[in-house]
Amino acid sequence: MNRSFVCDIEALADDAWLLRFGDQLDPQLNARVHAIARRLGGEHKPHWLRGLVPAFASLGVFFDPAADPAHIHEELLALLAMDETPVVDASAQAARTVEIPVVYGGEFGPDLESAAAELQMSPQQLITRHSSGVYTVAMIGFAPGFPYLAGLDPALALPRLATPRARVAAGSVAIGGAQTGIYPRESPGGWRLLGRTPKVLFDPARATPSLLLPGDRVRFVAIEADRFADAAP
Amino acid sequence: MSRARYGLRVLRPGLLTTVQDLGRTDWRHLGVAHAGALDGDAARLGNRLVGNRADAAVLEVTLHGPTLQLDVPMRIALTGATVAARFDGEPVPGGRPVLLPAGTLELGAVRGGARAWLAIAGGIDVPEVLGSRSTDLRGGFGGLDGRALRTGDRLALGDAPPCDTTRLQSVRWWIDPGHDEDPRAPIRYLPSTHAWSAPLARRAWKVSASSNRQGLRLQGDALPTPKADGISEPVAPGTIQLPPDGQPIILLADAQTVGGYPRLGHVIAADLPRLAQCIPGQTLHFAAVDATAAYRLACAARARVARIGVMIDARVPAV
Repeated sequence: MNRSFVCDIEALADDAWLLRFGDQLDPQLNARVHAIARRLGGEHKPHWLRGLVPAFASLGVFFDPAADPAHIHEELLALLAMDETPVVDASAQAARTVEIPVVYGGEFGPDLESAAAELQMSPQQLITRHSSGVYTVAMIGFAPGFPYLAGLDPALALPRLATPRARVAAGSVAIGGAQTGIYPRESPGGWRLLGRTPKVLFDPARATPSLLLPGDRVRFVAIEADRFADAAP
Repeated sequence: MSRARYGLRVLRPGLLTTVQDLGRTDWRHLGVAHAGALDGDAARLGNRLVGNRADAAVLEVTLHGPTLQLDVPMRIALTGATVAARFDGEPVPGGRPVLLPAGTLELGAVRGGARAWLAIAGGIDVPEVLGSRSTDLRGGFGGLDGRALRTGDRLALGDAPPCDTTRLQSVRWWIDPGHDEDPRAPIRYLPSTHAWSAPLARRAWKVSASSNRQGLRLQGDALPTPKADGISEPVAPGTIQLPPDGQPIILLADAQTVGGYPRLGHVIAADLPRLAQCIPGQTLHFAAVDATAAYRLACAARARVARIGVMIDARVPAV
């Protein structure tokens, strides 16, 4: 079933419009954002387009600073008016599924035990439930390549740490609120660390610098600690 | 064909000196910041003064500049705020092409603003990363290993016409792109629909010392704290955010690509270069403008830079 979507357009900068489809973490709204982003940035990319930022329920559209914003606004309205894509199906077709190997617990996931205790389950139950989900890269932000993954089992939601850690290791797989994500490089962070992947999330030297792209599907696969080095790319 | 030549050695790095060009586009969907010179027009005009392409890499100097050893003679230009620059003890004038022999260029305190740009003929030759030579300090890539300059660093320069001077040579004319601006004039912004967007312009704000290239943090009579954070939405350089402490943050070139704080609007493109010159403790006022005015002012700013560029081209061959 295809819902009708309303879209507000607001100025985000002199050279950017913000298309807002809603203000909720809603999979259908997010699929809509990715479908519109794919259409705008795809084969018939407009000559004025200078970048897209797909977020949870909104899309940043950056354009040539020399272009007239009013003119771009009209083109976006026309594009949205014509859009009748059955959104959920279209995005499911286009999405890749990426497997992320994870060593859970121990030095790789220092919060696994306490998180499991807080959720009133065993560490193994938490691992099983976290790695049995299929997640969607709802958006990439905070840092280059940091994926905000939607689709966390609501029973696994955990509040952020009261005091964020000064250093979180690169590759750390974590839960923050109702979301799960992966830290691309060592940085401060307040999410609960369940494990770590040896995969490099972001490398500007690669042809596609980000391992994950907006709209991708993600599965976590539990591996043993001694396979951490082998599973590196 | 371009063969890099080592031309510069960093004797003292200054407070925060980074390699910047006009920044990265097309990678925002992967969370990559725009980066680039905080005043793109100043970088552009500096490059024009030394005969570079507009997007050649320059050094961005913050509050106190570096001391550089020049191994070979070179053509340089300083733009942005005034720098107390000396070459082997002799004052180096800004806003114009200057020829320097090998020796020591000391960029001292920055006056009348916070930042200046040093353009050198040939451009700073660091590798392009994701289509730009700009330093992304938060991402840790671009420029010189993704970081600010350090003592002992060596910088290569791209190819440039030979410059065989044995003494400091400069011209009598100079450019001053900001000469008709009142530095105390309000910062113009396009308000959002948020309830606290209009009150922003009714209060005076001080620039906090914790400001950086990611954002200008303001301090003042706090705006009412928003009830609940919304979900994260795209943000851009110029976005005015309202965090829970009620003290606004204006995002600058190193801004993250998404943010969860309410948006009060955005500073218009024509006034972004002024934000680059804000020093801690300085007072800021805001004035709301509409989209038509923002567009008109952006066009006027571009036209002014183009006019100055034409003027430079007419004079530079005479150096």
